[in-house]
Amino acid sequence: MAKLNGGIGRRKMLKGAGIAAGAVLGSTVGAPTIWAQNNKNIVLRQFGTGVSAINEIAEKAKKDLGFTIQMTALDSDACVQRAVTQPNSYDIADIEYWMIKKIWPAKVLQPFDVKKLTYFDKIVPIFTTGKLKPDSVIAQGTAPSKVGFVDKPDSTAFASGQTGWFTMVPTIYNADTLGIRPDLVGREISQWKDILDPKFKGKTSILNIPSIGIMDAAMICESAGVMKYGDKGNMTKAEIDKTIAFLIETKKSGQFRAFWKTFDESVNLMTSGEVVIQSMWSPAVAAVRSKGVACKYQPLKEGYRSWGDGLAIAKHLSGSQLSAAYDYINWYLSGWCGGFLNRQGYYSAVLDTAKANMSEDEWGFWMEGKPAKGDIKSPQGAVMEKAGAVRDGGSFYERMGAVSCWNAVMDEDRYMVQKWNSFIAA
Amino acid sequence: MMTRTSRWTTYFQVTPLALVFLIFLVIPIATIVVVSFFDYTTTSIIPAFLSQNYEELLLSPVTWQTYLQTVEFALITWVLTFLIGFTLAYFLAFHVRSATWQQVLFLVCTIPFWTSNVIRMISWIPFLGRNGLANMTLMKMGLIQQPLEFLLYSNFSVVLVYVHLYTLFMVVPIFNSMMRIDRSLLEASLDAGATSWQTLTNVILPLCKPGIAIGSIFVVTIVMGDFVTVRMMSGGLSASVALMMANAMSLLQYPAAAANAVVLLIVVLLIVAGMMRVVDIRKEL
Repeated sequence: MAKLNGGIGRRKMLKGAGIAAGAVLGSTVGAPTIWAQNNKNIVLRQFGTGVSAINEIAEKAKKDLGFTIQMTALDSDACVQRAVTQPNSYDIADIEYWMIKKIWPAKVLQPFDVKKLTYFDKIVPIFTTGKLKPDSVIAQGTAPSKVGFVDKPDSTAFASGQTGWFTMVPTIYNADTLGIRPDLVGREISQWKDILDPKFKGKTSILNIPSIGIMDAAMICESAGVMKYGDKGNMTKAEIDKTIAFLIETKKSGQFRAFWKTFDESVNLMTSGEVVIQSMWSPAVAAVRSKGVACKYQPLKEGYRSWGDGLAIAKHLSGSQLSAAYDYINWYLSGWCGGFLNRQGYYSAVLDTAKANMSEDEWGFWMEGKPAKGDIKSPQGAVMEKAGAVRDGGSFYERMGAVSCWNAVMDEDRYMVQKWNSFIAA
Repeated sequence: MMTRTSRWTTYFQVTPLALVFLIFLVIPIATIVVVSFFDYTTTSIIPAFLSQNYEELLLSPVTWQTYLQTVEFALITWVLTFLIGFTLAYFLAFHVRSATWQQVLFLVCTIPFWTSNVIRMISWIPFLGRNGLANMTLMKMGLIQQPLEFLLYSNFSVVLVYVHLYTLFMVVPIFNSMMRIDRSLLEASLDAGATSWQTLTNVILPLCKPGIAIGSIFVVTIVMGDFVTVRMMSGGLSASVALMMANAMSLLQYPAAAANAVVLLIVVLLIVAGMMRVVDIRKEL
């Protein structure tokens, strides 16, 4: 059975490669930086979620840096498993911030020395101080700033504020919300609780990854006035009980069509019309649209559930491999990747360098919420949006400024998973 | 002198198989049993000797519900695969006269196995969906007004796929048993005045018992341990025991999964032992 699992993982990766194949890269603005090229024999093995295992990035890294990045795509749970149980099987862990809360105490990673990170000072402050703007409030859940630093390289607890030791360098992040089929919902969708509308009975879905699904459930419960949480990202046992009881009740009434676990499943549910409103990830919405099916990433009154990916380095790295890892990460933040990711609808960690790698129209559409002047193309050259389109949810600051909670690992994790299982079994 | 040599030879001959069993069966299962008593946190597994994993498992109504659901899947699948498998095998063994055609038709049965299990499973999804082929056809024919929602993401679709995937495991051993039946027994039965139905139930069925038992063991153990089909075809709405384990493992709760694995192993062994009591496979092969 484990073999089967591996097969699915591989398939997902192949699919990623398929999307990547035949890439026609958009015009690169600015002169390419010349990086040290005396490290041709170095291979860095990187694993991560399908989101960021992007072949173009590995290819471009090979061209710019000279060494090879081997990417493996796994699902979220498998990432945590691999990181903790097979620490020598990778050099770079491309993981989510909530994962590092689980992985870091296992002592399999080493922190970055911020002095060696060229663009550290330019990283979006969400990941350093935690505040997007000086007056922002840090959102609930495992906000990146809460797990971003440690006091000493070997400490297992996270530092309360900024230090010189950075656990992870952020690479990709986004704000998630519900995806809808505007042609089929037939009403205005403005709140998380709209997924409970009896009109959508048997036509809704939420995701079945416990640590993320529970957050979407919490957003829905809070919106529906079922309960109010102290911290959605760190629920008490009583809060978990009540949330799960509500979910079971909703499931028994037949509100859900299915629960999805992988990116492809969510795309298929939406494209085939099995569901008309569901939890979704931004590129999944793009994937549905690219099949000619209307799909909207609906901003909601209560705000977004956000997530962030970053790169961390394995403890066993040293010498030339370690310096290659630093080179790779500095290169990652130097702009080309940023532009590439922003043009996919994600956000990059360093905005200035990414801006230099995007056209004015692209920057206006993706980052500033302005209507597109010409057609907006994906990094692979396919038309994603026609001229005049405006991004769902608006600008970077509108979207990332409205984050209500981050994907999280709770202290009552063990209890939560048991309860989640009871929800699925109910 | 002779006896001693031959005894050593015997030991020598069984060594490879014994080693294979030891390394690939005994040691892994022993490890699972040991780990099932360990303690764990979100990030680590702590060697200990606790009964907590078993208590949490056995005292939870969810476990019982899930086991019941899994046994229900296994039972329904077993009945359907048996009925279809027996009929198919009967047709192949007794209605198809030419040996060549028997071979050809038997090979036809295996054609679906040329593609992977997962693909055969997933291909049902677009067929059964709300806007799928089945619903579209029925609606065009005017037989239904609304799409039938129970076709996909339900226990129906789970059992359907099980039956589709595993019927051949019944056909093969039953067909094999039927081919070994001495045809003169059937003639004798008819000569003695039995109807063909009586021949079927009193002669063929009892003589097929070993084949049925082998097929049943295949089907029941596979269904009891399955998690992919349940998850894909129920759309995550139903649970199975193995799915519980997969969930626990994905969250690094290996001891909890190990405890569940031990319990499942015991349950399945009991079921198989029950079947072996009814039919002595070795004696009748």
